[in-house]
Amino acid sequence: MPEPATLLSVRDLNAWYGESHALHGVTLDIREGETVTLLGRNGVGKTTTLRAIMGLVRKRTGEISFQGKDLMRMPLHLTARAGIGYVPEERGIFATLTVDENLILPPVVAQGGMSVEEIFELFPNLKSRRNSPGEQQMLAIARILRTGVKVILLDEPTEGLAPVIVQRIGELLVELKTRGMTILLVEQNFRFASKVADRFYLMEHGKVLSQFAVGELESRMNELHEVLGV
Amino acid sequence: MIFGIPIQAFAGQLLVGLINGSFYALLSLGLAIIFGLLRVINFAHGAQYMLGAFTGYLLLAALGIGYWPALILAPLIVGLFGIVVERLALSRLYEVDALYGLLFTFGLALVIEGVFRYYFGVSGNPYPVPSQLTGATNLGFMVLPIYRGWVVIASLIICLATWLLIEKTKFGSYLRAATENPKLVQAFGVNVPMLLTLTYGLGAGLAGLAGMLAAPVYQVSPLMGSNLIIVVFAVVVVGGMGSILGAIITGYMLGLAEGLTKVFYPEASNIVIFVIMAIVLLFRPAGLFGKDA
Repeated sequence: MPEPATLLSVRDLNAWYGESHALHGVTLDIREGETVTLLGRNGVGKTTTLRAIMGLVRKRTGEISFQGKDLMRMPLHLTARAGIGYVPEERGIFATLTVDENLILPPVVAQGGMSVEEIFELFPNLKSRRNSPGEQQMLAIARILRTGVKVILLDEPTEGLAPVIVQRIGELLVELKTRGMTILLVEQNFRFASKVADRFYLMEHGKVLSQFAVGELESRMNELHEVLGV
Repeated sequence: MIFGIPIQAFAGQLLVGLINGSFYALLSLGLAIIFGLLRVINFAHGAQYMLGAFTGYLLLAALGIGYWPALILAPLIVGLFGIVVERLALSRLYEVDALYGLLFTFGLALVIEGVFRYYFGVSGNPYPVPSQLTGATNLGFMVLPIYRGWVVIASLIICLATWLLIEKTKFGSYLRAATENPKLVQAFGVNVPMLLTLTYGLGAGLAGLAGMLAAPVYQVSPLMGSNLIIVVFAVVVVGGMGSILGAIITGYMLGLAEGLTKVFYPEASNIVIFVIMAIVLLFRPAGLFGKDA
């Protein structure tokens, strides 16, 4: 079977918050249909990597290309139009908008996104239009699925959620993978990540230390214990 | 007689209050929309109101274009002027301290008013009431000049339409979301810089529309905006910075409060709004409809 094509390629990415140099040459490749997880302790640059890819961190150097398109010179609002969706760590649900308005807020950027009916089928809880942390996270993911993007950048979707919701999100990510979605996940919850990811990048001090496939997990446990402290 | 005041005098002052309140509501509405999204305190708002009135005046004097077409054209022209100002200047100030936006719009207001004062003086020019709305009708308890009734109705319609635009449309949901978190809305693929431009144009256009409505009521004068804008800022502060509904309701309420004060204690009518502002700020620093920070 031929290897799927690389969808998102990041080369030697450096990024800064003001004077603070947060990323020191990150290189990643995400292939079509993969779920890839960035592992690492707090503050090693995982969230910054997602924000720099998305263009939310503008002070950046290196190369980011998506389906052959150069994202470095693209204005922020065209990154999503190119086909990349973003689910921020803080979820970013708009308090002055209703659940339905939140759901249809992100513009559809390509065909092939889910309809609102399909979304309610996949997320029956959203119909209740309540606003628990779990439902906010579901909503933050659901509204991106409507847009038809090819890749989702997902920042710590399980943070602060009850185990039963974490399990539900895990099932959801597996379901999305079977539908062909490509996912770049940032996750502290190593057990969760090991169930959904195909490949891992281990980060420390704004750099990628190593990368490995899910099959190598057992043989890498010593390294992971050392770097993650799990 | 009400509290020893003839009912005609009472109703007359209430009407004056309602008319003033209509303009307070229209102007503070535009200010609130602009402040909410752009975080710019638009000191040029009074000048844009004056521009609306003068656009109508000049359309009539130079081109013979009457009230009804001018009611559409004046806000469009002032809105376009706002869009040019935002693109050329304001948009370059978002990354720096909010004071720069305030100083720029304040300076812009001085320049615009100065130019008009140079050409038109300060005495003011009358604008005729459109023929369909001349005269008055006797309501039994008072005589209502028809144009003034029209101003109240028109401003209510405009406020309601603007509120619906913001609360019930897709454009409005972008605007509300971008008011909360502009970067995230842009990361979703919405052209937020364009949204900011259109919003400033909308706010300026509302000021221009208020000015056009005001032209037959007040004298069309270069200073008509600066006389009003200080009160309007007090209205916005009482309503809560950035609160759309707060701006509308507070505008009418304070106009009425001013009218009532004229009946019962005329000496205080010029300061009553500022007294209310001080009291509200003491007990609710975020304003009556504002969210506490």
